Amino acid sequence: MKLVGQAKPDLLLSQEHHMCPGCGEPMALRGYLEAISELGLTQRTIAVHGIGCYTSFSMTTDLDLVQALHGRAPSVATGIKRMRPDAIVFTLQGDGDMVNEGLQEVLHTAARGENITCVLLNNGVFGETGGHMTATTVLGQRTKNSLDGRDANYHGYPILIGDLIARLQGAAYVARGSVHNAAGFARTKRMFKRAFETQVRGEGFSFVEVLTMCPTGWFIPTTEGPSYMNETLGEVHIMGELKVDGVIRTTDELHEENIRKAAEIEAALARGGVDA
Amino acid sequence: MSRSVGTVTIAVEACKGCDLCIPACPPAVLSMSIGVNRNGYHHPELHDGCTGCSACLMVCPDFVFTVYRAERSRG
Ligand code: SF4
Ligand code: SF4
Ligand code: SF4
Repeated sequence: MKLVGQAKPDLLLSQEHHMCPGCGEPMALRGYLEAISELGLTQRTIAVHGIGCYTSFSMTTDLDLVQALHGRAPSVATGIKRMRPDAIVFTLQGDGDMVNEGLQEVLHTAARGENITCVLLNNGVFGETGGHMTATTVLGQRTKNSLDGRDANYHGYPILIGDLIARLQGAAYVARGSVHNAAGFARTKRMFKRAFETQVRGEGFSFVEVLTMCPTGWFIPTTEGPSYMNETLGEVHIMGELKVDGVIRTTDELHEENIRKAAEIEAALARGGVDA
Repeated sequence: MSRSVGTVTIAVEACKGCDLCIPACPPAVLSMSIGVNRNGYHHPELHDGCTGCSACLMVCPDFVFTVYRAERSRG
């Protein structure tokens, strides 16, 4: 028997973590940590973490790492990249951190075309503080302060951050993945690789948003996390590559691609394996 | 006995019993245990027929699965 996948990514010092059962964030973490190792970028990479549940991985991530304050990670990363242009610099933020607390940081960083990669873990709630609404919470989504669902008249509309960033000229690669199932994970890991490759080639700002389950903040059983996410966040924050080689993709193109890719990966899994 | 072309090891003590791996397994060869681990969580158990596809590994938030596949081409 040949080893085809190991439990803990190499770039984590410990298998243990304190995320809730059924949380999607560790899967996204696996995706980009494996992408970094597989692309041979480990020794060159510097991570900048924002503040959220995922911040607990700041202690166990085996990379050079700077802990930024709420929302400021893209600006910290800008400084690091400009001083160390040979480094591969990426940020890790949640939707509360990036889209509420520090929206201008990421938008200006993208607009300037900084040659860094920003990763967004989007679950539509402030998970760490107990499941409150964020700027990406979709209409109708139940959160601790929108108990009857987000109402446009009262709470306003959600920000589709991936779509917004794709429109900025400095953004070279923009993608939105999801970890609601194995096919989604495999696709998201490829997106991470493309984003880091964009940075290696020096083409400008790259951005990967990942929809992640937060059963605790959504007040649902862990088993319902993936389907709930698909039916709420996934219907609005459409998965796919929103911008490739500077060309923006339409929602219809993304829908078609999603149907095709999901079928391809599921067929590969049923045959007994998929190269992520 | 087994006609499996793959297998997994399950780090039972790391499992938080979220159940996400059970529906993710294409040949449905995982089921949740009756007993619990030290933290009180039920955990997956493997039955014959694993293909080594890694779907369980990809959906597990707690890094529980290590996956192996037979080196010979699948028959
Ligand atoms: S609160 Fe939500 S995001 Fe935070 S660890 Fe729990 S499930 Fe994950
Ligand atoms: S490797 Fe695939 S077939 Fe084997 S237990 Fe995991 S999901 Fe099931
Ligand atoms: S997905 Fe992982 S943590 Fe959840 S029940 Fe399966 S083995 Fe346990």
